[in-house]
Amino acid sequence: MWPAEIPAFLPFFLVAFLAVITKGTLRATLMIATIVASGAHLWLVPDGVQLTVNFLGYELMPYRVDKLSLLFGYVFHIAALIGVIFSLHVRDTMQQVAALIYAGSALGAVFAGDLLTLFVFWELLALSSVFLVWARRTEKSYQAGLRYLIIQVLSGVILLAGLIYHADKTGSLAFEYIGLSGMNGWLIFLAFGIKACFPLLHNWATDAYPEATPTGAVFLSAFTTKVAVYSLARAYPGTELLVFIGATMTCFPIFFAVIENDLRRVLAYSMINQIGFMVCGIGIGTALAINGAVSHAFNDIIFKGLLFMSMGAVLHMTGRMNGSDLGGLYKSMPKTAALCMIGAASISAFPLFSGFVSKSMVMSAALEEGHTWVWLMLLFASAGVFHHAGIKIPYFAFFAHDSGIRTTEPPRNMLLAMSIAAALCLLIGIHPAWLYSLLPFDTGYNPYDATHVLAQTQLLFFSALAFVWLNLRGLYPPELHSVNLDAEWLYRRLVPQGLRAGFTWLWRTDATLRKASMKKLYSFFDYLVQLHYPGGKVSRLRPTGNMVMWVAVLLAVYMWLLLSFVE
Amino acid sequence: MAKNTQHFFDKPGNVTLVLYALYGCCAILFILDFIIHRHKVHPWEGLLGFYAVYGFVGCVVLVLVAKWMRLFLMRDETYYDREELKGDDQQGGDHVAS
Repeated sequence: MWPAEIPAFLPFFLVAFLAVITKGTLRATLMIATIVASGAHLWLVPDGVQLTVNFLGYELMPYRVDKLSLLFGYVFHIAALIGVIFSLHVRDTMQQVAALIYAGSALGAVFAGDLLTLFVFWELLALSSVFLVWARRTEKSYQAGLRYLIIQVLSGVILLAGLIYHADKTGSLAFEYIGLSGMNGWLIFLAFGIKACFPLLHNWATDAYPEATPTGAVFLSAFTTKVAVYSLARAYPGTELLVFIGATMTCFPIFFAVIENDLRRVLAYSMINQIGFMVCGIGIGTALAINGAVSHAFNDIIFKGLLFMSMGAVLHMTGRMNGSDLGGLYKSMPKTAALCMIGAASISAFPLFSGFVSKSMVMSAALEEGHTWVWLMLLFASAGVFHHAGIKIPYFAFFAHDSGIRTTEPPRNMLLAMSIAAALCLLIGIHPAWLYSLLPFDTGYNPYDATHVLAQTQLLFFSALAFVWLNLRGLYPPELHSVNLDAEWLYRRLVPQGLRAGFTWLWRTDATLRKASMKKLYSFFDYLVQLHYPGGKVSRLRPTGNMVMWVAVLLAVYMWLLLSFVE
Repeated sequence: MAKNTQHFFDKPGNVTLVLYALYGCCAILFILDFIIHRHKVHPWEGLLGFYAVYGFVGCVVLVLVAKWMRLFLMRDETYYDREELKGDDQQGGDHVAS
């Protein structure tokens, strides 16, 4: 029996190294075998295993296993496995190595028992994942990746500042409940918030994810934001501010998603909406709400992965991702369309699909805790998510008007990965007890009672009816080639243009000042010249006659002095 | 490939069929409200067809507001690219199956 203390990230970093020096079938086998073995190992690791090290007087815990971290550990293994299978056809070492390091870093972060270890993996997440954006190898993806990296690293730097403050204040680096009691709490909260796509801090996701490679976006959607959700669940459960932040996150992105043309950007917005449910659950903080939040994170990784995979397959096969350019693909990609619709049903929380069994916990908790307005916002967001992710994504890609594109089903590995994800969506939806047994609390919650099922089904079917009605009346906004302004406008347009305008002003003022001072200088030179040129005061010649007269005066004075002594 | 094959939604009759199925489901779900007794936590849940009306109205408002947002948020597709990109760019990059 091998030791249980093997940190979960180690096999991933090891196989990432092996992936550099191998290729083809050997690399594929190694990657899949390692992830499966590491997952099996984790399954056997009992809750409560810890690894502690002393570092500069602080007790660090690079590996801590408890129910909360185990849940994320399992789902990260599932996501990594699905993602690796989905990208088996890719002949790009950089992407495959980056994806493995990225998945390993996510595992490192969720099993980190202290803030310093968390910080290290936090930054590794940023550094490894950006290559999945850059791997697209276009100027646009390079720029988007750069913006993504800057924001992610900034989040890490804020985390570092917060943890130093925290260590100074509390004398401990343990990654436990922190709360918003002081500057340390707020700094760490902000760092987590950036990665969790808090409103106004969210645009890195909608900016970078659509620019990533078809396979890269699948990995990206799984790890970064869910590590942030885990961290919030660990350090800020029951923080009331999170209820309102979460409710805002569920609502505002759906408006953008409705008018967005790039379908992977629609998914990025819908991801923020789903994280909103999790953040809200963490904020409510009851056992049911926390269970709902983390189980929704678990499900979201799988169904959002499935949706990103189906869109990745479309992008891979057609080279297009805009709703306005797609349509009618169910004719040539029926399997992909069906799998996409399973993902769509799951994210919309249809009964019997995975989203339903987790989202309903957050909704119930909001209602039970008396957050009526929040509950209404969540309900609105639930209808909205069905609208933009459940209907819009499959409708504009696979149905709607026939774009005339004829292609084939994606490679078999892509179909296999999507099928695994779809099967999990259905399995969890039909048999939620399996997922519930992994949750941190035992609440005895049952999603399948007449109340929940009927309410949710009514909500969804009448949302679908609204879609049909709007479409038939011609009120539905058409998909248009466009860019919609969002908070990113501040740093992509206002700040650059402000800086440009500022520098232009500075240069202009500088030029004016120089000109004025040069003018002054030249006029001074002119004055000097006037003094010294012929006719100038300094250069005037004194006539010789004057000199003779003065010499005569001098002699006369001398004479007078001499004569006065003689007497 | 399969140019002349008739597909399911190529027939307008099938589209109508799907729509009627949806209308039928909505009607049944609305009626079920009267039959099934629901456990209510909030008084609003007891309003007639609360979830159905909320879903429908919510979505219509969502779409109309989003459409209105286009008036002041929408810019042409090259809005950022014009200034940020130096060279040409194409969707898909290296990763388009040929």
